[in-house]
Amino acid sequence: MITDKVLMKGNEAFGEAAIRGGARFYFGYPITPQSEVPEYMSRELPKHGGVFIQAESELGAINMAYGAGAAGGNVFISSSSPGIALMQEGMSFLCSAEVPLLALNASRGGPGIGGIQPGQADYYQVTRGGGNGDYRIPVFAPSNIQEAVDLLYEGTEMAQKWRNPIMVLADGMIAQMMEPVRLPEFKPVLGPKEIAASRDWASTGYNDRGGVQNRRVVKSLRMQPEDLEKHCEYLFEKYARAEKELCRYETENLKGAEVVFVAFGTMARIAREAIEILAAQGIKAGLIRPISLWPFPNKAFDEIDFGTTKAVISAELSMGQMISDVQIAVRGRLPVYLAHRTGGMVPVSPEVAARAKAVLEGLK
Amino acid sequence: MSTYKMFFAGSGGQGVLMMGQIICYAAMLEGKEVTFLPSYGPEMRGGTANCTVVVSDKPVSCPLIYEADIAVAMNLPSMDKFEPMVKKDGWLFYNKSLIDRAANRDDIQAVAVPVAERAAALGSDKVANMVMLGEVVRKTGIVSVESVFTVFEKVFSGRKAAFIPLNKQAFLGE
Repeated sequence: MITDKVLMKGNEAFGEAAIRGGARFYFGYPITPQSEVPEYMSRELPKHGGVFIQAESELGAINMAYGAGAAGGNVFISSSSPGIALMQEGMSFLCSAEVPLLALNASRGGPGIGGIQPGQADYYQVTRGGGNGDYRIPVFAPSNIQEAVDLLYEGTEMAQKWRNPIMVLADGMIAQMMEPVRLPEFKPVLGPKEIAASRDWASTGYNDRGGVQNRRVVKSLRMQPEDLEKHCEYLFEKYARAEKELCRYETENLKGAEVVFVAFGTMARIAREAIEILAAQGIKAGLIRPISLWPFPNKAFDEIDFGTTKAVISAELSMGQMISDVQIAVRGRLPVYLAHRTGGMVPVSPEVAARAKAVLEGLK
Repeated sequence: MSTYKMFFAGSGGQGVLMMGQIICYAAMLEGKEVTFLPSYGPEMRGGTANCTVVVSDKPVSCPLIYEADIAVAMNLPSMDKFEPMVKKDGWLFYNKSLIDRAANRDDIQAVAVPVAERAAALGSDKVANMVMLGEVVRKTGIVSVESVFTVFEKVFSGRKAAFIPLNKQAFLGE
């Protein structure tokens, strides 16, 4: 049989997808479990006329990204949890200055330097932000390599459209595993003069604009509170539109379900297997899989079968972070429980199924 | 066949990840759904190395497994760890050259493979993993021998193509 799929390691597929999606600048600093991303970019990006720089630190990388993005470049960066933490100041600056960026976080256990095994305890970091001020970053959580490829491929265009950082949140497991993927076609990439003409905000330089004197300023400093308030209100009008347009999720098996799991990324795959185990025991369970973590898919929760469902379980690789958003989305209509492991420990599906069974027993 | 779950385990350098990748690649060529999940981290540096492979007719929900249809142990710590995780009537392939005990269980199909001796007979200790992989594929039929040989052509390209005949010999147990 002929297949058009290739077997790729997550990290390498992430890099290839970013390049095919138009990213031409990469700045990064190695950190497990995503060090193969900078390795791949250092080898492959120059072949496409792109620029790879191993920064002196994550702080260096995010600020290089700020500069190249402000000049109209398509920038891709990647790191893992503690490295992403170091980039948070820059994220706030990029949001304020409306500089596009595609960012990948292959998250691991924390807090602190933590460990190197998969984790989802970056939920607050990526959805609430560690930077200062009023800003938002759309975050997408793939649950397999193909989905990660599709999101990263789309990410550069999305970042340019919204003039904001866009983050893809994978975890150590998706980064390290291999799966067959179908790689999309290379997107055309604009040259310097085309960027100067089409990105009318970018600080592209006098020569690329044909010697026309029209000063372009990319900044995040606004000293007058009246100006800054107006700017924040403008940003949040944009975020309100993003909330409508970028909300993504999947639901499975909700009709007639006794219990509904809410899980993203790797944990959604484990929950899916737990649902099969419960079905074999005569318990019907469903799944809400948020793909966008911000905007969180509140409307998915209106699809719950409130006639049959007795409980909602937020399944996470953390001490319970997404559960705050789950509680907001459930709006008190059902009790919400947590099924979790943390610190790099990943539960197997029978553990998650047993938790759901115990929750249902407890409600009797 | 519906879903096959596998562990490949040994110490770093024994080629256990390579075995898992070849099975995955071959199964993908046969149009099956596959996932390959390696252990990663400090335990890989000279310590134990293992990977889990799932091959299925339907999309693989979870790459993480807790029981196996097939376990391959290239050293004793791996056999101690993974033998209990083999499903009843499942397969345990172990490296008889390094493991001087038999399987503890009688409800599984245990196959002892003298990989080092067979590899040495072919004049290269580097193909020990292919000796083992050949046993696994020929006994279980999880993928076809032809698919594995197609993978060899893709994996051993350029200068490495010279090693294909030796790997085929090791694989076929000749």
